[in-house]
Amino acid sequence: MTASEPPVQVAREATSGALTGVRLGRAALSWVRQKPLGAAGAVIVLGMLLVALLAPVIAPYDPVRNAFDRMHVPPSTAHWFGTDQFGRDVLSRLVYGARTAMLVGLVASFIGASLGLMLGVASAYFGGRFDLFFQRLMDIFMAFPLIIMALAIVSIFGTGAHNVIVAITVPFIPRCARVVRSSALAVRELPYIDAARACGFSHARIMLHHVAPNVMAPYLIMLTAFLGQAILLEASLSYLGLGVQEPTPAWGLMLQGGAEEYAESAPWMAIFPGLAITVSVFAFNLFGDAVRDTLDPRLRSTG
Amino acid sequence: MTGLPESAPAANRPAADAALLDVVGLKKYFPIPQGMVFQRTVAHVKAVDDVSFRLSQGETLGLVGESGCGKTTLGRCILQLERPTAGQIRFEGTNLVELNEQELRPLRQKIQVIFQDPYSALNPRQKIGAIIAEPMKVHSIEPDRRRRRERVNELLSRCGLSPEMAQRYPHEMSGGQRQRVGIARALSTQPALLICDEPVSALDVSIQAQIINLLEELRDAFHLTYLFIAHDLSVVRHLCHRVAVMYLGKIVEMATCDTLYEHPEHPYTQALLSAVPVPDPQVEDSRQRVILTGEVPSPLNPPSGCVFHPRCPMAVASCRHEAPALRETAPGHWVACTEV
Repeated sequence: MTASEPPVQVAREATSGALTGVRLGRAALSWVRQKPLGAAGAVIVLGMLLVALLAPVIAPYDPVRNAFDRMHVPPSTAHWFGTDQFGRDVLSRLVYGARTAMLVGLVASFIGASLGLMLGVASAYFGGRFDLFFQRLMDIFMAFPLIIMALAIVSIFGTGAHNVIVAITVPFIPRCARVVRSSALAVRELPYIDAARACGFSHARIMLHHVAPNVMAPYLIMLTAFLGQAILLEASLSYLGLGVQEPTPAWGLMLQGGAEEYAESAPWMAIFPGLAITVSVFAFNLFGDAVRDTLDPRLRSTG
Repeated sequence: MTGLPESAPAANRPAADAALLDVVGLKKYFPIPQGMVFQRTVAHVKAVDDVSFRLSQGETLGLVGESGCGKTTLGRCILQLERPTAGQIRFEGTNLVELNEQELRPLRQKIQVIFQDPYSALNPRQKIGAIIAEPMKVHSIEPDRRRRRERVNELLSRCGLSPEMAQRYPHEMSGGQRQRVGIARALSTQPALLICDEPVSALDVSIQAQIINLLEELRDAFHLTYLFIAHDLSVVRHLCHRVAVMYLGKIVEMATCDTLYEHPEHPYTQALLSAVPVPDPQVEDSRQRVILTGEVPSPLNPPSGCVFHPRCPMAVASCRHEAPALRETAPGHWVACTEV
């Protein structure tokens, strides 16, 4: 049983760097084959990230400059997606709007899920009355639908990109905390946690090094699920006038005002931002579903 | 005389003694709560009920009994993973029960544990090297990184693994290899006492022997003291100096290994030993077996008097209301039965 495999082992050590690259590529390829929809979602997500990052390079016009000689121009070679009621290029505004969407989506999901991870792990680890009290507090937060909670926060703190991020982050926290807690409750009972306690490790060390790494699957699942929701929430808040403010380009904002007024005469003003929201949320959800299927311990054979 | 179980309070005893571990009147009752917010306790599971024993330096005490008799809970109490309901656990003269988590931390490195299931005893997200190095880092036993890595390699080879395995993850190893990693981790803090909680029950028979031999080797090399929890009587006989038999949270008999196996006095011990098959078919056919009837009673509602009386072949009327205390029938041989 102790008969290790010395020559093979040494060989593996030597080429491990090159091998991990190859292995990773192969794993990615087999993932694409197993989850073609998820891969398509991932490609769109990556594309959007690129667009957001390279917005100044891609956008043909300044997204905020008014041009009153070119109002309501229908889609043409000069303005692919047409112009709005202020003569601003819709394509350029969409490209810059991707920045707002990605920034709010990524930051809110990441912070929301991460705070949820910490609180969920702590709640499960300490248990008892703390857990009971904390979970009832989470119940209160969860009692509000996402959008109502976000609306309440925006009306307290005011509008603007930063406050929108806060407003979207807060309702995510209890949702992630709840899911992470249930996984952490199972991990807490495993002998390696007892071993860590018997070794005299601090609570913080046990939670950080021993519990949290073992509840990464639900955390990542929640994180990817939040991305699409966050983009939709940001668009909704902006549409309602409680999110990002003019003239900052944001997809939700582009659906509001002129787009409604000129829906019949200039439908491109509403169609393209609407499509952008739909496609991005769809892509994030496809990607998130694929991630969940891959990471869900019930669907995966554990190594 | 090694190990004197006493029901007398510890105050009557001289403070300084040679015992490494001295457990006095240990009780662990698990409350059964009812209700969500306003919880009330409706009953107690008496997992460990008034257990006393002593372990001296270098000694190995086997703890045997059926599953559910409280032997694992007893081990967890000594490790302070469970806080006992009552009683004392004196380790090197310090009563662990009185210490809070903070005060306990430096002492924890002296008492380590080996678990039954090698698959869940190691953090799947840590490499073997990190698993063994972490306790040394936390307790500043080896603060220097490179020295720590050397110590890890040393511990690995000491436990029969090659140092290259430090780079592996637990799921890349077999059950026996993982159990060796568990032993290496336990040794990393230079403990005096090891609680072995059925360390071989989950392993193949061929590997069991290797692990037992390893434990024996390490005991002699590092002057370790073991509390060896098991239900396999032949394993216990091979490794232990003394054996304690537990039934429903109580120690019913305790003696040196040879005495217990050759001359068991408590009817439960006799039944337990006669359940071990003899490899010789002629002896097997001719020998007298003590066969117990009925099930182990629930620890929620243990029988009155002697907890064993409903199943005891030699029970008398007084057993029903009189709980027998451990008494010494021969030097070092303690039995909790009035009829022997």
